[in-house]
Amino acid sequence: MEKFLKHTGNALPLRRSNVDTDQIIPAVYLKRITKSGFEDGLFAAWRNDPAFELNQPQYKFATVLVAGPDFGTGSSREHAVWALQNYGFKVILSSRFADIFRGNSQKMGLLTVILPQADIEKIWQEIESKPDTQITVDLGAKTVAYAKTTLTFDIDDYTRWRLMEGLDDIGLTFTKLDQVSKFEEKRLSFKPKTLPIR
Amino acid sequence: MGKALAEKIWAEHVVAAAAGEPDLLYIDLHLIHEVTSPQAFDGLRLANRKVRRPDLTIATEDHNVPTLNVDKPIADPVSKLQVDTLRKNCAEFGVRLHSLGDVEQGIVHVVGPQLGITQPGMTIVCGDSHTSTHGAFGALAFGIGTSEVEHVLATQTLPLHPPKTMAINVDGTLQAGVTSKDIILAVIAKIGTGGGQGYTLEYRGSAIRALSMEARMTICNMSIEAGARAGLIAPDQTTFDYVKGKAHAPTDGDWDAALTYWKTLTTDADAKFDKEVNLNADELAPFVTWGTNPGQGLPLTASVPNPDDYSNAEDRGAVKRALEYMDLKPGTPLKSIKVDTVFLGSCTNGRIEDLRSAASVIKGKKIASSLRLLVVPGSARVRLQAEAEGLDKVFLDAGAEWRSAGCSMCLGMNPDQLKPGERAASTSNRNFEGRQGKGGRTHLVSPLVAAATALKGTLSSPADL
Repeated sequence: MEKFLKHTGNALPLRRSNVDTDQIIPAVYLKRITKSGFEDGLFAAWRNDPAFELNQPQYKFATVLVAGPDFGTGSSREHAVWALQNYGFKVILSSRFADIFRGNSQKMGLLTVILPQADIEKIWQEIESKPDTQITVDLGAKTVAYAKTTLTFDIDDYTRWRLMEGLDDIGLTFTKLDQVSKFEEKRLSFKPKTLPIR
Repeated sequence: MGKALAEKIWAEHVVAAAAGEPDLLYIDLHLIHEVTSPQAFDGLRLANRKVRRPDLTIATEDHNVPTLNVDKPIADPVSKLQVDTLRKNCAEFGVRLHSLGDVEQGIVHVVGPQLGITQPGMTIVCGDSHTSTHGAFGALAFGIGTSEVEHVLATQTLPLHPPKTMAINVDGTLQAGVTSKDIILAVIAKIGTGGGQGYTLEYRGSAIRALSMEARMTICNMSIEAGARAGLIAPDQTTFDYVKGKAHAPTDGDWDAALTYWKTLTTDADAKFDKEVNLNADELAPFVTWGTNPGQGLPLTASVPNPDDYSNAEDRGAVKRALEYMDLKPGTPLKSIKVDTVFLGSCTNGRIEDLRSAASVIKGKKIASSLRLLVVPGSARVRLQAEAEGLDKVFLDAGAEWRSAGCSMCLGMNPDQLKPGERAASTSNRNFEGRQGKGGRTHLVSPLVAAATALKGTLSSPADL
């Protein structure tokens, strides 16, 4: 996973709540067996509408997505994170994220930042009136800065450390495999096994 | 202070814990399917890792598979490659797989309980958000992403922060024609699609205790639609009776030991939930969604809401957008809405009891000539059972299509899709824009409402016939 320290980029306003992962990437795009090439499926249905924000030239180079509340609800498909990353997004700002989507993002190094809805509204107004506004997200300092405003956000220290170091969880868990083996020795013997087939 | 059931199960699965770090949680059962696993197996190969516990892992083909001509090669080459990839991966890593055509094939959340590998007190994960279904057995079961699928394959654990707990108390008695689907749709309408974020839901109360296992699965299945990764119900005699005798259920002395343990799996009387929500089952009616998220639902007797009735500007905008997509006008009685397709199936309502209840309404009648009724059993075994009971004949005689098992039109990944502008009454779990096919419109309903709607042509309950 790529380290995430600080990112500066243009932002895209997505004034919609409850953007579910079926909207982020419809099911018909999930048949691929790789983690790349999903950018063409990103918001596929909405992109048919020329007025959709992603189609507007002033937001063409956006790397920060500023979304309404409850972003990423529904299906657990990590393809939603891959599609956003494949397209070029590095950070998503929202007042609320669905749990599974947020977990998937944190595994892949796509930063999800929670800000109060009032702040999201102010950022929307700023980037709608001045689309070239640059937003800087500093994970070390836990700040989001744009124009003359600097906001702070919360993220648990463990996740922050892992993202800043670019560490993948599996590698970290492999250092604890002895403990896993010990746990397995004490597991209740009647718990079911899938093999052999009965 | 006592513990909630979800906290007990969590505590019993913590492998390692340290201040400021997520707990490392042991996973008792990992369910796999073709769509969210190929990249995870690739990850194992790249790192030269093995599947740590193939004996706690099981795969089935469900999301992408056709429900017609299942004895022939899959026609869509991209779908075929994905299914072939699962077969290749399972063979290479020693994972048990139930392929198309196998008697145990079916939707992963129907297959687990049916094999008896879903049992109380377990931690169960799958790269599918409806894994919450297995919570009906008093298991802690939740959906995961593909990175986590790889993590579980490699280590049989997951690093996670414990969720908070929420009690959903449903007391009273359901009236005739009101089902567990209506309970969960009412819960989601009450707490919203984000209401359960960060929580494990525990469904409690006399109305829940009175439900069959399959009805309980319908409720837990849609916990994710309320934003909760997991939802569960404490096991009781109904649970034990259901598990007993299944292929992978404990036997002999193991059964006695398991039963003794399972009986401890309750929320302590002095436990305190982080949040409680109450519903009166006596007041519930058949529910239907009118919008584009599962929280946008109302009793069938209501009318399409008016955006102007919402004080919050954001809600107003969301309702307006949903009505535009759904092509509905405020004030329209829900019962006057005409549908083109009725879908009976999915991990929410594709079990034998669901097919029986729909068949009981349809028996001896014909579906409306204006629509199609697609009946898709949740598993090959459910299909066989239904055929043994003559339910296939009831549906076919009524003019319905009788299909093979899979996720089918619930997510529109296989050829079973709505056409743009088509409207469906569906027993599935999500009414998102385009969920059942690009431009398709979905109303979520119970199997009883689905059946009545198929006969009448407009959204209806059996009482309207």
